[in-house]
Order: sequence, then structure tokens, then C-alpha cells
Amino acid sequence: MIDGFNFAYLDEATKRMIRRTILKAICIPGYQCPFGGREMPLAYGWGTGGIQVTASIIGINDTLKVIDQGADDTTNAISIKNFFKKVCKIETTEDTEKATIIQTRHRIPEKKLSENQILVYQVPQPEPLRRLEPKEQETRKLHAYEEYALMHVKLYEEISHFGSVIKTYAYPVRTNKRYITDPSPTPKFDNPKMDFMEALQLFGAGRERRIYAIPPYTSVQSLDFEDHPFQIQTWDERCDICGSNNSYLDEIIINDKGEKKFICSDTNYCEKNLKT
Amino acid sequence: MYVAVKGGEKAINSSIELLDQKRKHISSNQDINISQLIEQLSFAVDRVVSEGSLYDKNLSALSIKQAQGDLVEAIFILRAYRTTLERFSYSVPIDTSSMTLKRRISATYKDIPGGQILGPTFDYTHRLLDFSLLNGKETSNKKNTPTSNDNVFFPRVMEFLNNEGLMEKEIEKLKSKPFDITREPMKFPASRDQWLQILSRSDEGFLLGLSYSAIRGFGSKGTHPFVGEIRYGFVEVKIYPEELGFEICVGEIEVSECEMVDQFEGSKKIAPQFTRGYGLTFGYNERKAMSISIIDRALKSEEYGEEIKFPIQDQEFVLYHSDNVEAQGFVSHLKLPHYVDFQGELNLIRELRKKILKENKDD
Repeated sequence: MIDGFNFAYLDEATKRMIRRTILKAICIPGYQCPFGGREMPLAYGWGTGGIQVTASIIGINDTLKVIDQGADDTTNAISIKNFFKKVCKIETTEDTEKATIIQTRHRIPEKKLSENQILVYQVPQPEPLRRLEPKEQETRKLHAYEEYALMHVKLYEEISHFGSVIKTYAYPVRTNKRYITDPSPTPKFDNPKMDFMEALQLFGAGRERRIYAIPPYTSVQSLDFEDHPFQIQTWDERCDICGSNNSYLDEIIINDKGEKKFICSDTNYCEKNLKT
Repeated sequence: MYVAVKGGEKAINSSIELLDQKRKHISSNQDINISQLIEQLSFAVDRVVSEGSLYDKNLSALSIKQAQGDLVEAIFILRAYRTTLERFSYSVPIDTSSMTLKRRISATYKDIPGGQILGPTFDYTHRLLDFSLLNGKETSNKKNTPTSNDNVFFPRVMEFLNNEGLMEKEIEKLKSKPFDITREPMKFPASRDQWLQILSRSDEGFLLGLSYSAIRGFGSKGTHPFVGEIRYGFVEVKIYPEELGFEICVGEIEVSECEMVDQFEGSKKIAPQFTRGYGLTFGYNERKAMSISIIDRALKSEEYGEEIKFPIQDQEFVLYHSDNVEAQGFVSHLKLPHYVDFQGELNLIRELRKKILKENKDD
């Protein structure tokens, strides 16, 4: 560990404060709990919420996996993993199954998670109603009164204009039949994985100083209408590396003519698929 | 196979190395030392002290050196270090009336008891490039410049208006523990102690633009604020350890303070009177202290029952967006990969286009 800093960077009092907030968040699924977020040595908007949550729950026996866009080797995922290696000296892994804590930005791993795992999301904007109402004082009231007409009207308008809801990521969900929750900017493809997930899901928003949680085995429903049921993305193509036709694909431009190939966004899933 | 996707770790390490190389003083062969920065770039050091909200000029200068002169980056480095420090006590409020003054001016009275003290200021310089500084031949020649006498008491200009009852009373003492923005999440409606703390470490440029917008026309009533008093100098910081039962001085800090006089037409209950805006910053940051005092007054709009229609009056607008550590972080996060979200948008736009193009064809 580097000199002059505590295990996992944050001092113990701060970690305790964050763990208390996490416990409260677990008790009220989907409710955004304010917390006294700290400045981290990584920039706001680059995962400071997730990092603070991870730093507060990580122990010496944990194995950490960090992904960004589903990949273990994207630059910021590596930077965060290196940060924890520096301040905790813990084991890290790329193997989804071996990790006890998975910190993620923009994806949920394709592999089903289990009870002894915790998924930590980095959240840029925890408030699903923010685009509809810029004031925090107002949105807190709307949640308190369970007054979600704004959101339903918005989805209805999209359907009437475009024939379908045009949100492709950060698609709002209802947690435990109560709070409308932002799943962080994961693609809507990942929303069904959140429903009754066996792993604990923790969400950290550093800049906005909010933590929220979805406990294991909790109902998470994507908002929709009976005659316009929620649908996830599909591709006509398969992964060019492993041949998968059931994972989220990224499009890659391979030459100057703009020809495209598609590959799995979840690199660990792709690798394992290739081996079997 | 895919260069763009693989090899993040190597790329990061090389990038960090390149950044380090950029700072290497190859052609000049002269390393800048910290004391040079403190003495010769004192305004930069003060800005970082103020916005990094850590009163340590050495560390401020170090962070400027490390950030290669990028002040917002330096502020970020200093802030990140600041969070790790233990806090052992809250100080008692500083008393700026007993400041050892280096500068003190008022724009509302020609003469004031104690007099106007210009001190070091750019105000009356002509902004002509001084080519004699090019070669760095200047020798230090320290004269004893006059500063105010410690023992002279300088009454506050605002008190004269206050005594006549023309001025809104300043809040006397906080009834409860002050809000601590470094320990508590933002709360709305915000309290004055909360917003003054936030403004004190906010981005100078943002505050300047905001206060300018108000006096140019995007502010309440369009009245012209007056500088009641600006002070810059040293004040003692004292703490009150319970077990000792008396105050002890733990050091001296340099601060800039501005008190702005504004108008208020009065309401059914309150007779017309002047209102005040207050600004305080670490170091010599007069421009920023002035900006804060204009914003402080504007944020009191709600309290005075004034219509809130401009950005500067809107608490959430001002307080959520004025911190440059937060702002630069979130703006720069757009550089992070967004392949996954963008893929979603790509699929969607293709589908929507397909639908519309097909309908057009059918027509």
C-alpha cells in the first residue's frame, strides 16, 4: 500500500458513514440516499461514486473486477483497478465468476451473478426525473408522493411520436413496485438482468452525492404500457470473435470504406465463449 | 486483433510518461522551485489555495508545479489531498474587523475613518507589456513598504449605515453548528452559511461571469451595487478547546473580504433599506470576493420575496454548477468510452429512419 493513506484510501470514519448510507439504501430499495461524498483522486464523472462505495465495502479477502463498457481492459476500468491495487493490495480478476465485487460502468455482465457477489454501478445522474424536472427540491417531492405522471406522459409522447419509446440506455425502472430508479446508463438490454438478481446491486453517484441500492431478489420492472411492452435490443449479426447471438454487441469499423464487424461488449464472456 | 479495444494498460502508462516528459525542463535546464512560485506567481498560488480550499501555499505551489500550470487541475489535486486530512477542530469565527490590513477601500464614501489604503493592486497599472522582465534580470530589492499599523482599529464602513438603521442587519451568530459542505451533501433550500462556503471555493471565472450577468441586466431590479468596503490582509485563526476554556491563536491567514451595498424597495412590512452582499476568500482574490458578494445578495432574493427569474437568483443553478472540480470532472467524462450507449443510439436511429423512409416510399 502507498504510504500516508488508509486501506482503500478513505479513512475509517468516512467508510463507516458510507456503509451506514448503504444499509439505509438497502432498506429502501431504489430510494436515493444523500451522503457526504468526498473528493477522490479521480475526477468526478469518472466513477467516484462507485469508487467510494467499493472502497467502503472492500476487505482484504475480496477479489475485484472492474469493467467499463463491459470490457476489463478499457482505459478507465484499468485506471480504477490500478487505483485499488495501489491503495488495498487486493486480488483483482477479469473472471466474472471469481470476483466478489464487480464495479461497472454502462454494463451488467452477461454471466448470471450469484448471491455472494456485489455489483457496484458508477452513476453519473441518479435522478431518473432530472431531464423532466431540473430542480432537486421538486424531484424529491415527486418521489415522496409517488407522483410519476411526468415520466409516464413522457414515455407516452415518445410512443405517439416515434411508435416506440426511444430510450436505449438509462431506461427507467420501477424498483420493488415503488421508486422509479435510474439503472445508470446501462443499455436497456441489461434491464431484465436486474429483476430478481441474486447479487446485491449498489449504485454510487459521487458528484451528486447519492447512493441507492437494489437488494437481492427484488422486483425491477422496466416502465412500459400493456399495448407497448418493453423490448430489448436485438442484432441480426453475431459476434465476430465468439459467434454469440445472445450478448450485447459493439460495432467496430474495420477499414476506410466503413465496413463493420460486431463483437461482444462483455470481453470476459466473449473469451470464455471462445474457449468452450 | 482490435487495436482500439485491446491494450488499455500499456497506453495509459505511456500517456502518463509523456505527461511527465512534458514537464521536463530540457532547454532551460532550470527547475522551478516552490518558493519562486509562491513569491512570483502569488495570484495563481492564492487562487489554488482558495478553490482547493486548503490554506497551504507550499502545497498549492506544489500542485501548480505538478499540474504544469493548469490551475483547475492543480485545484483538483489539492482538493483530493485535502479530503484525506483529519480535522481536529472548528475554529471560532475570524474577526476581520481586527485584520492587519494591506488594502482597504470603500467606494461609497470619499473619506472613511482610518483612510483608504490602496496597497498592492493592478488597478492603476497600465497594461503594457514590460519587456524588461523578459530576460529575468530583475534583482530583488526589498524596500520596507508601509502597511497598516496593527494597533489601529479600522471601523467597518457598513457599520455607519447600520447605526443609522439604513442597512439590513447582518445575522449575528449562528444558532446551530455551521453547515459543513465538505461533510454534508447539498441541502435545499440552502442556508446562507452553506452557500457562502460553496461560493468561497467556487470557480472564479464562473462567479465572475454570473455576477457580471446580474449587473448587466440579468439580475433583480437592475440596480447598481456599491462597494461598501473591500479589505485584504491578515487575520488570526483561533480555536476554543473545551478543556482549556479559552481561545488560542493557531495561526494567521490571508483573506480578501468584500461587503457590497444593494438596494431594497421594502415591502408592506419592511421599510425601504439597503441590503448587503458578503464575500470572503482565502488569499488575495479581490475579484472573486466582489463576485461572491453580488451573488450572495442575489441568492437572498427568495428571502426578500423578490421574483426569481434570473440564473443568479436560482440556488440550485448557482450552487450545483459553480464548483470547478465537479464541473471539469463531468465535462471531461465525455472523453470516456461510450461505445455501449452509442451502439444503442445507432440501432435506434437506423430503425427510425428505416420506418420513415419506408412510409415515404409507400406514399
